[in-house]
Formats: sequence, C-alpha cells, structure tokens
Amino acid sequence: MIAPPPSAPVPWEQDFAQKLLFDMLRIRRMEEKCAELYGEQKIRGFLHLYIGEEACAVGALHALEPDDSVVATYREHGHALVRGVSMNSIMAEMFGKVAGCSRGRGGSMHLFDAATRFYGGNAIVGGGLPLAVGLALADRMLSRPHVTVCFFGEGAMAEGAFHESMNLAALWQLPVLFCCENNLYAMGTALARSEAQTDLCAKAASYCVPAMKADGMDVVAVHKATRLAAQHVRDGLGPFFLELQTFRFRAHSMFDPELYRDKAEVEAWKQRGPLHTFSARLKAEGKLTEEAFLALDARANAEVQAAVAFAEAAEWEPEADLLKDVHTAGAAS
Amino acid sequence: MKMSYREAIRQAMHEALAADPRVFLMGEDVGKYGGAYACSKGLLEVFGPERIRDTPLSELGFVGAGIGAALGGLRPIVEVMTVNFSLLALDQIVNTAAALRHMSGGQFSVPLVIRMATGAGRQLAAQHSHSLENWYAHIPGIKVLAPATIADARGMLAPALADPDPVVIFEHAQLYNLEGELSEDFRCDITSAAVRREGTAVTLITYGGSLPKTLAAAEELAGAGIDAEVIDLRVLRPLDTTTLFASVKKTHRAVVVDEGWKSGSLAAEVMARIAEEAFFELDAPLKRVCGAEVPIPYAKHMEAAALPQAPKIVAAVRELLGK
Repeated sequence: MIAPPPSAPVPWEQDFAQKLLFDMLRIRRMEEKCAELYGEQKIRGFLHLYIGEEACAVGALHALEPDDSVVATYREHGHALVRGVSMNSIMAEMFGKVAGCSRGRGGSMHLFDAATRFYGGNAIVGGGLPLAVGLALADRMLSRPHVTVCFFGEGAMAEGAFHESMNLAALWQLPVLFCCENNLYAMGTALARSEAQTDLCAKAASYCVPAMKADGMDVVAVHKATRLAAQHVRDGLGPFFLELQTFRFRAHSMFDPELYRDKAEVEAWKQRGPLHTFSARLKAEGKLTEEAFLALDARANAEVQAAVAFAEAAEWEPEADLLKDVHTAGAAS
Repeated sequence: MKMSYREAIRQAMHEALAADPRVFLMGEDVGKYGGAYACSKGLLEVFGPERIRDTPLSELGFVGAGIGAALGGLRPIVEVMTVNFSLLALDQIVNTAAALRHMSGGQFSVPLVIRMATGAGRQLAAQHSHSLENWYAHIPGIKVLAPATIADARGMLAPALADPDPVVIFEHAQLYNLEGELSEDFRCDITSAAVRREGTAVTLITYGGSLPKTLAAAEELAGAGIDAEVIDLRVLRPLDTTTLFASVKKTHRAVVVDEGWKSGSLAAEVMARIAEEAFFELDAPLKRVCGAEVPIPYAKHMEAAALPQAPKIVAAVRELLGK
C-alpha cells in the first residue's frame, strides 16, 4: 500500500487539531519534567524519553476505539498518557508511589492500566508482540470487534518474537495492528548496522502482511495512516504493519552518552520536530493563534505541576505488601 | 475404571473443553497429529480447529499468544512438546506470565495452563530428555505441578484451569503408558503433597516419573524389613512443607529422589527446607538420589545409568540406615 500524500492543509476542525497538539504538548512537558526530576533523583531506574516521537503515539492512539487494546514498550510514557492514564498516576509510578498506575512496582518501563486496556510497558524488546497476538486471538475467538495495536521499535524486528508473531497473526488472520516506531537506532545501533534488509515494510510483506510507511514526525500523516490501517484490521482483513519513521531527540536512556550518532543528525531531525512544525501549520491555516498556543502550553505545564505535587504527596506502599499480588488473593500461594 | 495416564490427560482436557467455552488447546501438532504424545487424539474432531489449534514451531510466539489470550478472557491450555523446547519460550513465561500480576500492581492476572512433557527413559538423548522442573519451581508467580498418578493426571487440570494465575504442568514421558485404576473420586487439590505409602523407618520424597521407581524401591526395602514412607510432592511450587515435616517427624530420616541434576536441584531445595525447619527431628544426615551430571546420553544402558533407579534408591536407604 502507498502512504497517503503529504497532508497539507490539515484536514481537521480546529478543536480536533488543537486536541492533538495539546496531547503532544502534554507528553513533551511531562517528559521534560521527568528528565529534571531524574537529575534531582526523584525518579530512578531507567528512564527512556519519547521526546521527538510524540506524533506517533498521539496520531496513532487517537485513531483507536476505547475497547481496543494497546501493547507498548519501555518508552511508553506518551502512549499511556494519550491512552487516558492520568498524568498523576503516571508521575506517581515514576516516583515509585503506591498511587502509581502499577502501584510503584513497575516504574517508568512498566506502566499498566486495565481500565484503558493498556497492557504495558514491556521492557523485553519484542516481548509485547506475542502478547498482542494473543489478545487479538481472544477478541477473534470471543467475536469482539476490537483491534489490538502493538507498538515496538525497529530494533525489535531483529528478534525472533517479531517473526513468530507476524507469522501467527498472518496465518490466523488476527486483528493486530503492528505499529513500528522506527527511530533509526536500537539503543546505539543504527538500523543499517543491525539489519541486512533495512526496508521494514518488505519484512512485513514477506509474511503476507500489508504494510505502509508514514512520516512519524507529522501527526496528521500518522493519524491518517493509522485510521486506514485500523479500519483494515477492524474489517476483519487480518493484521497490518505500519512503519512510523521518527527520531528520538534525547539519549536512549539517562545513562547514554550518545557516542554513536552525530549532533548534526540530531539537529537536522529537530528541524522536523512534531510540535513546532504542526503548530506552525495550524497557525498558517488560521487554526491556532499564538495566544491559544500559549494557553495550551500553560495548561500542559499546570497539569505537570499538579502531577508532580500529587506524586510528591503520595504514599509509599507499605513493606508489608511486598508479596501482595504475586498471586491472586484467595488463590493458593 | 482402568485407564492409562495418557487417556487420563485426554479425558481431563475433553471435560474442560466441554465444560467451558473459554478453554482451548494450542500447541505443536495437537490437532491433526493428535499430540506428540497422543494426549489430544480425537479432540480436533470433537471441538474443531479453533479450539484444538495447531501452531507453527514457534514456542516463544504461541506461549506468548497464550498469555495474551488469557489476558483477553480465554482459558488457554498451551502444550509445549517437551521441557527442552520450553526454553525457547522461557522469556514469555518468566518475564511476562510470572511477573505480570505483581509488576502491574495486581491489575492483570494470567490464567494460563502450560502442559509439557519432561524427563528421560525413551532413548531420546540430550535435547529431548531433561528434567528442568526446578527451573520453573524457582520462579515466583507461577505454580508448578507434577502429576505422577493416573488420578492426578485426570484430576489436576480442572483446578489448574480454575486458578487465576499461570500453572505449569509437567508430565513425565515415561508415565504416559502407565496403566491403573481410576476411582470415581479423582477430584483433587493443587496445593498438597501426598503420602503414597505409609512407613516409619525413612521418608522417601519424590515427584513425577521417579514415583514408580521410588515405590518399587520401598517394596524391596519392605522385603528387607525396612518400612519406608513415600511422599509424592505433586506440587513443586509452592512446596507443601507441612506434609514433609510431618513425615520427617515420624521417621526421622529422609532421602530425596529427583531425576534432575543434583547441583541446584529441587532435591536441594527440599533438603534445605528440612534442614532449616526440621533439623532437630533428624536422626541421620539427609541423602539424595539424583540424575548424574551429564547431558542424557542415547545408549540405553548409559541413559539408565544416568537416572535414579530403584536399586540406587534402595542402596541409598540401606547406607543411611547402616543395614
């Protein structure tokens, strides 16, 4: 399938366009604050920032229905937030507090939320793919018209889990949307240094899964492509593979000195940053004023501030609860 | 009613599939082939290919899909051909199935049953014969069962499926042809060990494919005037130490029989628990009879030499008792 043509003008009403811009801002401001809090040692462990890739989660997740399932990776703060997990509970999770969306047991890499069918938060590269196949199998066998969208990076495509999952989903024609966020680097290893075949859609096609590329820096392109892809899946036509071409502006994690890529490459991608390009387009089309932008940004910052205050004030889980939920209560342990 | 262990497994699955539309069986060659060990023979014809689902050779993929299906509201039984092959799926079992509930703050349970064959004795050599039950018994978040009798083969599946968390069932390959009487009362728990033979002189603790050998050893010992008690662990995680300690309190001696390799074995764990909590009940050092520390060889006599056998168990008990 061919990617939709570059999408100018923005084909949306002002409200929807601003809503997507606002969600990108919420992710950006939340993660900027997380980086700061990491420096203050409020957040520990691994922290993988999504900054630069916001158009992917925002464009894709706004194309889904509430009963669809979402499986994500360890770079999933944005996905959780856009899916509807509250910023308060995400921030509390990062702090390790019991009010966190995983009671503080998971941290940055393991955000979960049953209410929004958000199945993590998986820190094994490729580990979420078989899970997504199974969720889709359940939907199929129980005759539910849902889509399971599975986010993963291009690095996961070297894992056996990718190949096994693509084959299973295609063989059984399951309703899975495989959504590859290709940010060009698997931690520090560039795509061409790790894959003989760098055309990711060709890999998907080899499993008879229809595939499409989209500009992952353009929220409009991502949204349009995801709507098409999700409709294909929802129509019972089997799985679909979507490659979102994107770039992370920050290091892989807070421990990464970024020895493997040029600053010039990062700067060049920043020129295509999803926030400023989209807001510029909206302004040019009369769908956003500078005042409106500043108001959205202020709202995002206020939400972040409130989330930090919530996380600061939240309780620690009592140590006595350490073994709670290893097994389901009431069942033998 | 007389039946084989294999038939007991098949009947248990038939019953579960008939009773609950959420239950389905998935694995390599479970359908048209009838199961590598013929445990699912005939089920495809009754329940159809959606619920008796043949998979490609993708252990990681279909075990992970089983986890996802369980999260999605189904009650999958995933068959992995042997424990050796399950290593290809270990990531999904350890990093996802076992961890998910705790890691998600209690939000997501994984009601999944994984069945697999284990053990040696069929001259299948080093990549089809190992006993790695202890690897799974090491992991918090899963329960590990080892049915060693016809009744447990028939009875353990239902409570395993009713359990809201992942359960791994090990079926020793040497047991499939075991024949025996199945009483009507085969319903059982998946929490307790069982005393398979009562005795007073020594406690023999074992599980799975080593149970028949241990019972044979106990009979031979009885002929020599040594009255051994035999405990079948049944549940390898969590261990029912209450039953173990009660027996040790009675006999004051224990020998553990475990087909797994001695180093880091389940036998080691059982002995450690007794040493930690029932040390002062003991009148003699603990002993064990384990698999020799080699990859299981092909040649029949060499394979037999690598495994616990009744004469080795008898010898260990006699040495312990000085008789």
